[in-house]
Amino acid sequence: MGRSIAFNLLQILFVVALAPLASGVLARLKEVVQSRRGPSIFQPYRDLRKLFNKDEIVSDQASWIFRFTPYVAFVAPIFVTTLIPVLTNYPLFFAFMGDMLGAGFILALSGFFATLAAIDTANPYGPMGASRTRMVGFLAEPVFMIVFFTVSFIAGSTIPYIVQEHWITLPEFFAPSHVLLVIAFVMLILAEGGRIPVDNPSGHFELAMIDESKSLEYSGLGMALMKWGGQMKLFVLMCVLLNVLVTPWGLAAGKTTGDLLFAAPFVLFKISIFILVLVVIESSLSKLRLFRVSEFLGAAFVTSVVAMITGLLKF
Amino acid sequence: MGTWLALVASLNGLAAGAFLLGAFGLLATRQMLGCVRFFRLQSLALVASIFLIAIGMRVPDLIAVALLDLAIKPLLIPWLLRRYVREELFRRREIDQLLNIPTSLVIGLTLTLTAYFLAGVLPPAAGAMGNINVPIGLAGLLLGAYTLAVRREAVPQLIGIFAIENGSLFAGIAIAPRLPLVAEMAFPFDMLIIALVIGILTRITHERVGTTRVGALATLREGAPK
Repeated sequence: MGRSIAFNLLQILFVVALAPLASGVLARLKEVVQSRRGPSIFQPYRDLRKLFNKDEIVSDQASWIFRFTPYVAFVAPIFVTTLIPVLTNYPLFFAFMGDMLGAGFILALSGFFATLAAIDTANPYGPMGASRTRMVGFLAEPVFMIVFFTVSFIAGSTIPYIVQEHWITLPEFFAPSHVLLVIAFVMLILAEGGRIPVDNPSGHFELAMIDESKSLEYSGLGMALMKWGGQMKLFVLMCVLLNVLVTPWGLAAGKTTGDLLFAAPFVLFKISIFILVLVVIESSLSKLRLFRVSEFLGAAFVTSVVAMITGLLKF
Repeated sequence: MGTWLALVASLNGLAAGAFLLGAFGLLATRQMLGCVRFFRLQSLALVASIFLIAIGMRVPDLIAVALLDLAIKPLLIPWLLRRYVREELFRRREIDQLLNIPTSLVIGLTLTLTAYFLAGVLPPAAGAMGNINVPIGLAGLLLGAYTLAVRREAVPQLIGIFAIENGSLFAGIAIAPRLPLVAEMAFPFDMLIIALVIGILTRITHERVGTTRVGALATLREGAPK
């Protein structure tokens, strides 16, 4: 049991330490693909260090929610990490505290606080971005539900460690419900992570912002925690996608620390392949107009329903 | 051997999924070129499914059907349309639609569910592998008919007709995989002629009237073409 807890902590350390690196690689690769040089892949670490050393300015009109939110945003992905397989394919100590639905709720909690904090300071851009995020959120909600329905229909559970065992044989891997489920989930990640067809993460134009404008008012420590939390959220979502829904291969099956350390490069390899896919998506599509977001998520919804129907057909 | 067949069956299921997505794409895309692309996707999924059923159920005739469909549907028909329909029609980004897209998607989902329940009433497919083809093909047929009804532009309507045909073929190969080759060959050539005739008709209508929006063609006009 002691080892199980230690492994859990090791997984958290893995996510906390490498999430900025994944974002750095993503930003760099995107620039390279668009034939520019781009920042170093370690730039997010430098940004974080800089922000941690800066003074924090908080409006005296702001309530406790504004001060509290960065901590929620930082801690929520860590809680999710304890529930999902990051490096091991067998359940660890906290694994049965909650299923994928629980993980979704925890991430929704941090989103809820971020929305409140954005409204809190009455900066004109904050509430605008917050209400847009809610719009994207409620359009994404049905897709989330259908994806979870489908997973529980097919795999018979929503505990991620049980779900991932289901796709491991080749016929199950190529089953239509599985492939379509993955496509729908990728579209969800794009929408929830504020990536390109829905939102431009590198845009600095306040009127067009969706996700970014919620942290406009933050500075110093709060900003660092918000940023780091956002990077971890993306990393955790990628882990859910890759380790639970796409490929359960390459995770540690053994119970020694060596197995765990050996699994880490495999997981990083999978994540870098997914980052490559993201880069292709982000470089070949343009940001949708706000009222077209409903069509993008409508397409995701249709994909997930098709996944469910083909899953129910049981051929 | 068992896993091999299971793999072929699940790849066939995947083709069915892609087929259904293609049908939804035809229904929901705003762009003329997107319409043609989704038709290509749908036809490729159809070809893949025919091919996989030919392998899984050991019907060599179907391979010829698959090759014929591969040549005609995703390649020849888009080429014909590009050749005979005026280029500026393809540059249109927004196609007229009677209902907006989210509504259409919801109606499409209802049609798919209807097809799913209707397939339970129909006689089962010839082999266990084709079980998925009947409801999905039926859904493709209904979605094609809906596309035909809701679009108000000639080329997407034409593609709606093709989608109906694709759907019926998708279900048909599973119900009767051992149809004589001659009968199977008639349909793709039929489609080719439809594409040619409607393509030329669209071109002439566009030249004379200046539009191919079916909604705008409500009144008769007299006089020589300009």
